[in-house]
Amino acid sequence: MRSDLYRTMRTIRRFEEQVVELVNANEIAGVTHEYIGQEAVATGVCAALRPDDVITSTHRGHGHVIAKGAEVRRMLAELLGRTTGLNRARGGSMHIADVSLGIYGANGIVAAGAPIAAGAAWAGREAGSDRVAVVFFGDGAVNQGVLHETMNMAGIWKLPLLFVCENNGYAVSFAASEATSGSIVGRAAAYDMPAVHVDGMDVEAVQAAAETAVAHARAGDGPSFIECETYRFVGHHTAERTMKLGYRTDEEIERWRERDPLRVLAERMTPDEVAALDGEVERLLAEALAFARESPRPAVADAREYVYASGPLPREGVSA
Amino acid sequence: MARMRYQAALARALRDEMTADPSVFILGEDVRASLRGVSRGLVADFGRQRVIDTPISEQAFTGFAMGAALAGHRPVVEFQIPSLLFTAFEPIVNQAQKFRLMTGGQAKVPVTYIVPGSGARRGLAAQHSDHPYALFAQAGVKTVVPATALDAYGLFLSAIRDDDPVVLFAPAAVLGTREEAPEQPEAVPLGDGRVHRAGDDVTVVAIGHLVHDALAVAQELAEDGISVEVWDPRSILPFDWEGLRASVEKTGRLVVFDDTNRTCGLAGEVLATAAEEFPLAAPPRRVTRADAPIPFAVELEEALLPSRAQLAAAVRGVLDREVVR
Repeated sequence: MRSDLYRTMRTIRRFEEQVVELVNANEIAGVTHEYIGQEAVATGVCAALRPDDVITSTHRGHGHVIAKGAEVRRMLAELLGRTTGLNRARGGSMHIADVSLGIYGANGIVAAGAPIAAGAAWAGREAGSDRVAVVFFGDGAVNQGVLHETMNMAGIWKLPLLFVCENNGYAVSFAASEATSGSIVGRAAAYDMPAVHVDGMDVEAVQAAAETAVAHARAGDGPSFIECETYRFVGHHTAERTMKLGYRTDEEIERWRERDPLRVLAERMTPDEVAALDGEVERLLAEALAFARESPRPAVADAREYVYASGPLPREGVSA
Repeated sequence: MARMRYQAALARALRDEMTADPSVFILGEDVRASLRGVSRGLVADFGRQRVIDTPISEQAFTGFAMGAALAGHRPVVEFQIPSLLFTAFEPIVNQAQKFRLMTGGQAKVPVTYIVPGSGARRGLAAQHSDHPYALFAQAGVKTVVPATALDAYGLFLSAIRDDDPVVLFAPAAVLGTREEAPEQPEAVPLGDGRVHRAGDDVTVVAIGHLVHDALAVAQELAEDGISVEVWDPRSILPFDWEGLRASVEKTGRLVVFDDTNRTCGLAGEVLATAAEEFPLAAPPRRVTRADAPIPFAVELEEALLPSRAQLAAAVRGVLDREVVR
């Protein structure tokens, strides 16, 4: 349904815009990596998934987590460092997860989610299920060894796994065209899996490609690779706007903004439909922010909790 | 009572757990053929789905185990060579170990990483002779180093059953040792030390294969009227500090015998804690591996490893000295 796709993309967009304001106002500590511009990828792929499917995400993970169904108010509470957060204020933006929804975490290390998703894909098959796993990663990850190791293992074991490359053109400031020898889909094809290139600004194109790959995986035919050509409209992270890095031009950014994935989809819908969904998303986010702000901060006495499932707490940093 | 061989104890622990719990499986390089003996014969009984040979992709198969663990399995990952853990440091320390904290306790990550043949083994040179247990304990990963066959069985069982990542280092020097064992050996809890020989004058903390050397030294010193208590932590993390305290409160003297590098090694941590918290009658000492990679020539290798002679001298040394108050 276009309305569902639009609602999810709009939620991601407005969530991220909200987060930028909160980071700039120091209500969120650290920096976050915004997904603005790439919404069609997470939304299109997750629209092809079931609740029991598993995803692993990246440092730019909010979009994947929202699209896979996480509660927005608990995400915002997490970013504000509150105990009602998905990760009880222990994870923050870069590790946000909801294991109960098959979200095995955003990840601070490029490509690290690949083998984790592979293990989950294998486990699903072992359990007799036709569930699949998806690993999201960027163009930078295609030059990480562990991604290639995982593509090989997925190939030889025919794992029900989708490799979703979000090629936004830059690994921080390093252009994909400079970083990568040969083509990205060519690499995947070398591991003997279907590999397609899609317009990552068109959510329905992404969804169609994902549905094909998911059906392939559920049928027991193994992994697939989807390269989504996309763009981030803002910096690598929140702090970049003040850094004047200059690795891309305003003209380039403007050119991509003309293909804003929300606009691409909205043009296929009625203005009334879009306006109603926009209003719905505003109410959701306002409620989420109020919830997050009203939620308690963690007790510092509990700082060593949740490290181990059993055994003593980690030792303190002062002598007994 | 029959004498159980250390390597066979590891194999039996894995077989017993795979029999008892269908979520347990082993993966790694050459585990079907079982170069290290831990998974010998298992493929015939449990099939290739639970005895999984991997390509030479340590990072990926280590991360794969974590994903399988999150999805309900209890994987055992075998590393043929201790130094391979360095290639897998990221998926163990940065992913599996931190996942529970990062998710606020949403999940457990029950993976066991086993190195059946850790430490120097004469002539394998710098890249096959590491014994990096202190490194993993320092990074917060539960770490065990069984010294004997019974402890190998019992700690491997506990490691597999534990809901957190655990690294088990089986020292190469003890794989062929034997120990009296009951018909059905039991699990050994993590974080529980073992007194191998009671004594009154000095506590020697010995780890892994060095327990056997410490026992030989204790026997030798007994002939001179020196009573050595040989205490083995068995788990490096969690560490049985209360067990060690009880021993040191009795003897008042401490020597640590540890096959990790001197700088930031385990012995340094034990001495520091003892100095801060335990009643010591004399400054403690440590005998450790030197701060250098292991050279190829056997006499050079031996020159850098902790020895019985060094331990005997250190024990005599702490007995000669009193704390000046």
